Amino acid sequence: MVAPPPTAAGRGWLTTKVGEMDKPAALLRIENVSKQFGPLTAVDSLSLEIGHGEFFALLGPSGCGKTTLLRMLAGFETPSSGRILLDGEDIVAVPPHRRPINMMFQNYALFPHLTVEGNVAFGLRQERLSRAEIATRVEEMLALVRLKGFNRRRIDHLSGGQRQRVALARSLVKRPRVLLLDEPLAALDKKLRAETQFELMELQRKLGTTFVIVTHDQEEAMIVADRIAVMDRGRLRQVAPPNDIYERPNSRWVAEFIGEVSLIEGALRAGGILDSVFGPLRVPPNQTARGKVWLALRPEKLRLSTTRPEGDLNALSGTVSEIGYRGGVSIYKVRLADQSLIKVALSNSGPSSRLEVSIGATIWVSWPKENGVVLTQ
Amino acid sequence: MRLWQRRAILLFPYAWLLLFFLAPFVIVVKISLSQTAIAQPPYVPVLDVSAGWAGLEGFFSALSLDAYRLLVSDPIYLLSYLKSLTVAAVSTVILLVVGYPIAYGVARSPRHWQPLLVMAVVLPFWTSFLIRVYAWINILQRDGLLNDILMRLHIIAAPQAWLASDTAIYIGMVYSYLPFMVLPLYATLEKIDMTLLEAASDLGCTPLRAFWRVTFPLSVPGITAGVLLCFIPIVGEFVIPDLLGSSESLMIGQTLWTEFFANRDWPVASAIAVTLLGILVAPIMLYERLQRRQLEMFE
Repeated sequence: MVAPPPTAAGRGWLTTKVGEMDKPAALLRIENVSKQFGPLTAVDSLSLEIGHGEFFALLGPSGCGKTTLLRMLAGFETPSSGRILLDGEDIVAVPPHRRPINMMFQNYALFPHLTVEGNVAFGLRQERLSRAEIATRVEEMLALVRLKGFNRRRIDHLSGGQRQRVALARSLVKRPRVLLLDEPLAALDKKLRAETQFELMELQRKLGTTFVIVTHDQEEAMIVADRIAVMDRGRLRQVAPPNDIYERPNSRWVAEFIGEVSLIEGALRAGGILDSVFGPLRVPPNQTARGKVWLALRPEKLRLSTTRPEGDLNALSGTVSEIGYRGGVSIYKVRLADQSLIKVALSNSGPSSRLEVSIGATIWVSWPKENGVVLTQ
Repeated sequence: MRLWQRRAILLFPYAWLLLFFLAPFVIVVKISLSQTAIAQPPYVPVLDVSAGWAGLEGFFSALSLDAYRLLVSDPIYLLSYLKSLTVAAVSTVILLVVGYPIAYGVARSPRHWQPLLVMAVVLPFWTSFLIRVYAWINILQRDGLLNDILMRLHIIAAPQAWLASDTAIYIGMVYSYLPFMVLPLYATLEKIDMTLLEAASDLGCTPLRAFWRVTFPLSVPGITAGVLLCFIPIVGEFVIPDLLGSSESLMIGQTLWTEFFANRDWPVASAIAVTLLGILVAPIMLYERLQRRQLEMFE
């Protein structure tokens, strides 16, 4: 879209991002934090560590407590119990204006009586810096978010995307240890949001600042974050890199929340065999669980064929119930013998890859055993 | 909507202004250019249409600026204007200092309480203005409630003369005009997005700094409206200084009343009114300009 922002490398405060393989030392440590609002428990004895330079996402449905947790990190809410440590120091008693943590608000909360420059400089003016220093840092930040020359512009004269970048610049210019982003892209339209996601990642890589983003958009979380914490009703369901969350969810809840999944219930026995209503199905090797489990199958990991597939595959027969053409992929819903529906996504990678079937036709759903995931809860 | 209908709707406010402001004002200006006379009405010339062109000529040649010359030559008028402007300025400042915290408190109180609190601010309006001012006479007089309380608290030893003083005028003004200051301030303060204060706090402002850097500048439109809503009517106020003030130095409203009813000098009374309007137009124009600039800023 636009040329990448000028590189900011070579400045003292810019560090390179911690590689994914290194185990980052904890910068933020949340210890048994709870928050009650009257009878409602928004956050329920939650513990979490966030590393130096990490891009961390808090993901969950609305009302899961992710925003409350973020507001406790910023200092706008005080935990009912528990500790929040920044670099080993408890910051629970530190008021927001003294925390080296800045926040980008969901509605941006830009000051309508100030210009772009006035907004970005607002935080620096509190630090008793010289005029020249403030001007330099504001310029530097505006260049970084590609708003050079917008200094004197009034906030109401900006587009939604430009406001978003002013908000970002304003929260980053103080060089916080941690930047909190509360649904930063929710107000943007779909196309702009997709572009901005990559810009955010690039910015975070350049600055090396720890980013904690709150979002309800699972796709957004998976694109931008190094690690995702999936939250539900004030508790953590799973904390892992996006790939693990998607490929190895730890529960049916996470599997169903992140992406689409079909579940087959059954009993697991030795030899990697699952006894289901469809008969024995093979599961990935080295399963330790026994008894009642669920086999989770992602739509894109399944195949369809009009005849029974050959080879070492799990195969179920059914009838085509619905076909949805989505451009890049086609979604087939197949009704199985037990009347349940299983979803299959086929990539439309070539003109011949489209399956010539019609609704009601008999079809085979198959997958190699490695493509399934066994869930115990 | 048809064109003539739209025109008719536009016509209405103009017709109203013409009939009830401009026409009476022209008559007042005309009287201010006349001479007193022992007659009915008590001034000359009176326009006599039956005399034709000659009558018209005679009418215009009889007009003079004598009333205005008197206003400039006798210091009592200048002193009255100055007194009025001083009282209005001091009262407005006190009103702002008293009214801002009240408006702020109402705007920051729980949302379901706010209508009740606004009602409490407006409630005094439900009784007659005159009765409220008379009540103050009762409170402020020598054996009144205020002296009684202060003596019981041993703050003063002997009763003080509160009534017939500038203090009494200021008390009456602030008491009577407070809602005019509080309501516009409340309206702007209530609209300020609370996340802006969180953002200020996040960017390093203590609550006090956040007030001066965010809340206060954003409430300036409310301050301007409140100041003008109080200042302008206070300059011309008659009842409060007449009932609570002393007769030593008069506000311009009292001087005007004296000229009109005691001296029956309609031309001078009219000249006072016209001059007062001239003085008040300045802040009104300033307000208009400020508003226009604000509109431009938000374009």
